Amino acid sequence: MEIVGKLQKQFMDFMSSLYREGFLDDQFLQLQKLQDESNPDFVVEVVSLFFEDSEKLLNNLAMALQQQVVDFKQVDAHVHQFKGSSSSIGAQRVKNACVGFRNFCEEKNLDGCMQCLQHAKHEYFLVKNKLETLFRLEQQILAAGGTVPIIS
Amino acid sequence: MNIGSGSLVGVPSSTSSWKSGDVVSDQFPVGLRVLVVDDDPTCLRILEKMLRNCHYEVTKCNRAEIALSLLRENKNGFDIVISDVHMPDMDGFKLLEHIGLEMDLPVIMMSADDSKDVVMRGVTHGAYDYLIKPVRIEALKNIWQHVVRKKKHDWKDNNFDQSGSMEEGDRQQKLSEDVDYSSSANEGNWKNSKKRKEEEDEADERDDTSTLKKPRVVWSVELHQQFVQAVHQLGIDKAVPKKILELMNVPGLTRENVASHLQKYRLYLRRLSGVSQHQNELNNSFMGRPDATFGAISSLNGLDLQAIAAAGQIPAQSLATLQAAALGRSATKSAISMPLGDQRNLFSFENSKLRFPEGQQQLNNSNKQIDLLHGIPTNMEPKQLASLHHPSQSFVGMNMQVNSTTQHNNSLLMRMSQPQPRAQMLNGANNGSQVSRLPLSMQQSLSSEGIPGAVLAQSGIVDNVRGTVYNPVSQASSMVDFSVDQRQELQSYNFSLGSNSSGMSTLTNRRMLHEEVNSDMKGSRGFPSNYDIFNELHQPKSQNWGLQNVGSTFDSSHHPSIQGTQGVSSQLLLQQGISSTHNSGQNRNDPSGKPMYSNGEESGHSNPMGGPQLNSVGRNMLAVKAERFPDADYQSTFFPEQFGQDDLMSTFLKQQGSVGPVETEFGFDGYTLDNLPV
Repeated sequence: MEIVGKLQKQFMDFMSSLYREGFLDDQFLQLQKLQDESNPDFVVEVVSLFFEDSEKLLNNLAMALQQQVVDFKQVDAHVHQFKGSSSSIGAQRVKNACVGFRNFCEEKNLDGCMQCLQHAKHEYFLVKNKLETLFRLEQQILAAGGTVPIIS
Repeated sequence: MNIGSGSLVGVPSSTSSWKSGDVVSDQFPVGLRVLVVDDDPTCLRILEKMLRNCHYEVTKCNRAEIALSLLRENKNGFDIVISDVHMPDMDGFKLLEHIGLEMDLPVIMMSADDSKDVVMRGVTHGAYDYLIKPVRIEALKNIWQHVVRKKKHDWKDNNFDQSGSMEEGDRQQKLSEDVDYSSSANEGNWKNSKKRKEEEDEADERDDTSTLKKPRVVWSVELHQQFVQAVHQLGIDKAVPKKILELMNVPGLTRENVASHLQKYRLYLRRLSGVSQHQNELNNSFMGRPDATFGAISSLNGLDLQAIAAAGQIPAQSLATLQAAALGRSATKSAISMPLGDQRNLFSFENSKLRFPEGQQQLNNSNKQIDLLHGIPTNMEPKQLASLHHPSQSFVGMNMQVNSTTQHNNSLLMRMSQPQPRAQMLNGANNGSQVSRLPLSMQQSLSSEGIPGAVLAQSGIVDNVRGTVYNPVSQASSMVDFSVDQRQELQSYNFSLGSNSSGMSTLTNRRMLHEEVNSDMKGSRGFPSNYDIFNELHQPKSQNWGLQNVGSTFDSSHHPSIQGTQGVSSQLLLQQGISSTHNSGQNRNDPSGKPMYSNGEESGHSNPMGGPQLNSVGRNMLAVKAERFPDADYQSTFFPEQFGQDDLMSTFLKQQGSVGPVETEFGFDGYTLDNLPV
């Protein structure tokens, strides 16, 4: 069907751009490979977990950095966590933002940390947006009776 | 999954066959039962899926405590554990230690952190492998090799050990071979650990025995006594494992067992000789003994030991026993079955809070006892205590009360007795935040009271002195309280005690010790029983009992503190190797049941082992006691004015400030002793 074809192409192009622009990396591909009939919504499920967890982490980070006396160890622990989860789903830019963030934590550089937090948040919302778009496209394809193309 | 003969047959088939438990290997690795622990829900889900795709049977959990209780409930329900390093409720390495000690399963660590020092920690803590996140499925596909390898080694080890010392050479060779091809984490054979011990702060020694899976020798009090006698006969400088082995003439004991035990013993002696400055190192090394899992044990554990050490005053015998127990413990690592989780419950903070007031009282009580302790050398120096002081954080506030009590006891104990190397050791061993906190004066009282580890010691000491252990219990409770705060530590404690626990149960039942003791002693009852147990027990295997039993035993006693004490005592007992031969012989009064040392050596050794052991014991006791608070009445009796508690307290507090790093050093110390692998 033409619509399906169009949607599928749109999906593939979009997906490729995400990889190309560094929003996603190979780990995301791994996740897609894990998805199978027994877990047809695996990727969506995992990404949703990521969103939920990340928002909590970002809030914790914001709070931790707003304390009178900032506990950089705690901040670092949160960042480490964020780095771990973002890398697990392949959110490459978010992960990279965390790397820099950790350096500032080690240096106990509050300004640096604040900036990194903003940067990490920004990247997070960007990739969140992209992924939501991707999932929407998937839904549209399925709704139109097509199958979601697999990119390898 | 049972890999019976150790051979690997790789025909995957349905996973159901794994469940039967006795089957075999031919289905391996399909159906490999994996427990994955990670607080990150995203990673956890991904790992679960990946492992399922590898046809493994996966159980996931996001909390280390839950993982531990799962593992404890299903002793043979899992083949391998994968755990994240950074978790909020418990450090992954600690979990690793616990698992290694209690269940002896291969553990794979993972983290987004790929820095060398973290990876190295994995190695030293005995991790079978270390994966960097994001984990790829390919990395997970091969984890089964660790299970097979381990089983093979264990099997071989067991078989080799049968033959006794002749096999030693073979074994060592085998071990080295194993080391070669097993993952780097297994590298800890005892040779390596020896080196490491000297060099590193962390308890990497643990690795060696734990990873190498030698059959464990339980260094019971009797056995240790024999060992000590043999060493003395030969002269400490000339005591070589081979000759010791010959003198001991114990069938089934290998030269290697003796060698590692000797190592520990030497460290203990070194420690006793008061090298306070080296204490940390010694402690670390000592503690860090290959008990493998202990290493990871949080500083809390260390604290406990320290506290115990502080409490110090464990009579030589007790110390000996403790030491034996500690040494023995390591051997019995696998035996530990005490569910940490359960133990933990005992120590809930609430309990500790409740206990504080009581604890204080107990301190007082213990003071009384202090008088009794004069025989006990107290080498505890404030700074030692300070160093012991480890995780101060928990101790603040509530803990303070308890701490002070315990510390008090410790200090009291320390003070009271003569320079007891043991006390020092204990302190040193204990990570001591607890210990450090207590003012020295307190220590004394503590000793009598029963700071958990200290309590035992105290009781032991007291016994020596007089045989009246009075409020060890109360002290114990205070100790316990501490442990409560340090939940984690306690847990570790539990671990070590685990093996002791078996001893403990007996002990509690026994009560023998101090019939003569007045009701105050009840608290100490825990001790006596502990001592008794030592006589009888030689293997600690039922860890649970330690804490659990203690609790129950305590229940019977009317002194909540007693419970604590019991817990502690148990710990001590455990440490002592649970065989309380000495009890019978020596001092009945000596709850610490450290007969081993006392027989041989009263003079000197005070219990190198005891120290750390005490700590652990203390800690456990603390844990146990968490619920019970020492009776107020104890308190009054025990705080003799003689020791300027306040002075001690302030000293401690001051010292504490300076101790910070001890924590890391001791983190494990307390535990290590307990679980010294033999």
